[in-house]
Amino acid sequence: MNARVRFLALSSLVMLVALIVASTYWQAWAAPDLANKNDNAIRQISEFTIDRGRILAADGTVLARNRVVHTNNRTYYYRRYPLGALTAAAVGYATQNRSRTGLEHSASDYLTGADQSLAGALKQIGDRLLGSTIHGSDIRLSLNLAAQRVAMNALGANCGAAVAIEPSTGRVLELASKPSYNPNDVESHYGRISNIRAACKSASPLVDRATQGLYPPGSSFKIVTAAAALDSGKFTPESIFHDPGYCTEYGQPVKNFADLGRPEVFGTITLFQAFEHSVNSVFCNVGKALEIHPLMDYARRFGFGVKPPIDLPSNSLQASGLYLHGRLLGANEDWRGDPGRVAFGQDKLLVTPLQMAMVAATVANGGVLMRPHLVDKVIRRDGTVDKITPQEIGRAIKPETAAELTQMMEAVVSGGTGTAAQIAGVRVAGKTGTAENGLGRPNTTWFVAFAPADAPRVAVAVVLENQSGTGGTTAAPIAREIMQAILASTANSNS
Amino acid sequence: MSARTRELLILILVGLITATGFASVYIARQNEISPASLSYAGFFFVLYLIAHVVARFTVPDADSYLLPMAALLTAIGLTEIYRLGPNDALRQGLWVVIGVAAFAGTLIALRHDFRRLESYKYLFGLSALGLLFLPALPKIGHSVNGARLWVRIGSLQFQPGELGKIAMIVFLAAYLHSKQEVLAQGRPKDFGPLLAIWGCAMLVLVATHDLGSALLFFGIFLAILYLATARLLYVGVGLVLFLAGSAGVYETTAHVRDRVTIWLHPWTTQAIPCPGHSILMPRQECASYQLVKSLYSIAAGGFSGTGLGKGTFTLPGGGNLIPDLNTDFIFSALAQELGLVGIAAILLVFMLFTVHGFRIALVAGDGFSKLVCAGLTFGFALQTFIIIGGIVRLIPLTGITLPFISYGGSSVVANFILLAVLMLVSQRANEPA
Repeated sequence: MNARVRFLALSSLVMLVALIVASTYWQAWAAPDLANKNDNAIRQISEFTIDRGRILAADGTVLARNRVVHTNNRTYYYRRYPLGALTAAAVGYATQNRSRTGLEHSASDYLTGADQSLAGALKQIGDRLLGSTIHGSDIRLSLNLAAQRVAMNALGANCGAAVAIEPSTGRVLELASKPSYNPNDVESHYGRISNIRAACKSASPLVDRATQGLYPPGSSFKIVTAAAALDSGKFTPESIFHDPGYCTEYGQPVKNFADLGRPEVFGTITLFQAFEHSVNSVFCNVGKALEIHPLMDYARRFGFGVKPPIDLPSNSLQASGLYLHGRLLGANEDWRGDPGRVAFGQDKLLVTPLQMAMVAATVANGGVLMRPHLVDKVIRRDGTVDKITPQEIGRAIKPETAAELTQMMEAVVSGGTGTAAQIAGVRVAGKTGTAENGLGRPNTTWFVAFAPADAPRVAVAVVLENQSGTGGTTAAPIAREIMQAILASTANSNS
Repeated sequence: MSARTRELLILILVGLITATGFASVYIARQNEISPASLSYAGFFFVLYLIAHVVARFTVPDADSYLLPMAALLTAIGLTEIYRLGPNDALRQGLWVVIGVAAFAGTLIALRHDFRRLESYKYLFGLSALGLLFLPALPKIGHSVNGARLWVRIGSLQFQPGELGKIAMIVFLAAYLHSKQEVLAQGRPKDFGPLLAIWGCAMLVLVATHDLGSALLFFGIFLAILYLATARLLYVGVGLVLFLAGSAGVYETTAHVRDRVTIWLHPWTTQAIPCPGHSILMPRQECASYQLVKSLYSIAAGGFSGTGLGKGTFTLPGGGNLIPDLNTDFIFSALAQELGLVGIAAILLVFMLFTVHGFRIALVAGDGFSKLVCAGLTFGFALQTFIIIGGIVRLIPLTGITLPFISYGGSSVVANFILLAVLMLVSQRANEPA
């Protein structure tokens, strides 16, 4: 019987060794991953004993600060957001019972001081052992509060979003999403947030529409199509087209969108004019001539196909590109897109406002795409300041292409579909978009722009849901207001 | 050095470790607890000294490591229970006293020849059934978390299933030993009483939703059957039956399906319907809440742990993060505070205990002793595997106590009786002729 006893003993030991192996997996291998789960209360509670850094706007206004609470002989630091809903889309919230979002999540390492050098880290371990409070660093954002206010007011009761970027650096100047919510309600008045209603089917105030709202771009995507057409050398702004009022795709006519007060059939027309007046049939033919894969390759150069590398949590970002049944198609599935329709921003194409702002910023920056970012500076408790340096993602198009596109976009504002975006004394470049969501459904309207066209300081994208008007009448005025606010404040700070 | 002197020296070492444990809890939480609680360590040491003295008189030549290891495990459990809730520790301390009394009682009662237990085999079989069936009775039965495992008489409550397990092992060992030869021939009628008692036990366990114990009983049954008959075929047939039965239970019982789903997919990214609520939530905030929060606790321990008394188990408002922390989930509390180093050490103690248990089975002179010892030791290891394996997601989670460590009276008492039986067998094998 002893051989069997030995066998049983061996089986028992194997079981117990398996437990040690599994514990090792959880405590060594999987631990960092679990620590970052946003429902991990242990990590969050221990972080609530940290004197979290503040979040400041570009002008130093406090967007998030601590409220100190003493319970059970321990000190906890709860968050307060003095400006409430105004900057909720960027700042997010940090609470105990619910997950964390926005910069409160993605910039947590700065805010809890966990990003420091070795010496700093050792001091922090020491503090932890001694039980003394750990102090995090403040972060100062690139957000321009005046522009943020203008954007939130201008969006008004609409569902939509507006993003503004400084083209030369990628600094995000304004990030607005409507409907918004008050982050101070998240911890204990969550009902107030779930009761928010808006002018769209699902109000979803917690969704940051600027970074994760996916919309058909409509004609605003013609910037990318035109960039591909010019940059590939296949077309010039003077390329001649004949517009019969429609373009034949797979035997079916694709009609022009009837811009208000414009003829529906343009006859013989250049690419420049077709861009200015947003003629779908021309872009349909351009798309067919370029073919889908090269066209989407250009889109990817502008950042499509991946989540934008902005310093917000990855789960609040969406990649722009071709979608089929809610799934982003990879480059190897470009063929599923219909080049004629994709060329003017319909078909399977879905984009985020942030992505369209990046497109405008790239053109404004001479064809070079900069990494969009919100955190400008990290201000440590010992007074040292780390400035976040702008990063180049890469060149999307040649400088000459960018210059030609700028002229075409200027024409849109000076005499085309986007005249509502004109600013006295400033050259504005822009592109309208009015995406159809199907027969009888209201439109999604866009305006994508930058200014001043000769020395760009701001690039902006505005999207509105459920509109009966066009991008030129609904979104362009909002974009104008935002650009004006930014140009006014940067002019002040420069003088 | 005699076996008992070695035992005493190791016990002194365990006493020192216990004192250090309580002292570190006290240092970490001194604004919440009084220094008088440091007397726990002293009290504990005296208690085990008494157990040692009883062992010195009744089983002088028995294995010298088992008692100190049991002491160490109960001390670790008591320290953590004390850290989680000083009031529970007082009650648990009382149960350890009762456990040591049961240990001493068993040693004294059976010191001449424990093998006479063999002739009472049906009594053991029936009392195992009776104990398992007790919680199902009206008035005294009591259910916790959907499983009806408890008996409550006045303010006293315990899980009789733990004692039932010991009785069942004694029955199985005695029955299989007496029928060893005939069983090996495989005549169905010899299996009658065996299958009847064991089948009833399984039925009761499945009916009361005590899946952990059902799994444990099944494993023990197959192990002892294999030991007694040497027929791997029986084990194979048993496993096939087990798989078929599991599939059947899986199909018919929503409770079991939920357990398996939680095991395979504890996290969901989408909000899904939450059983028992009308709202949509991700699974980790609803059905798999306990498992996921416990995994976070284990992961938070990392390599070296937060240190005793410094882990996070409550919300600042005072609510508990992990339900059943000091019973079924005490492992995740220990894992957070002691880290991988501490957990590996504890599991090594479990392994060492198992090795010593099987070694006694190897040297035991007669078949009944071998079967009892190997059965009890295998049960001890399997129970540890079922609960910790469930917590670390090796197998679906089923509620069952961690031997010697979990909070819970019946578990402590049953494990001390197990310890006494192992030492009695060891004494008989080591005795100078």
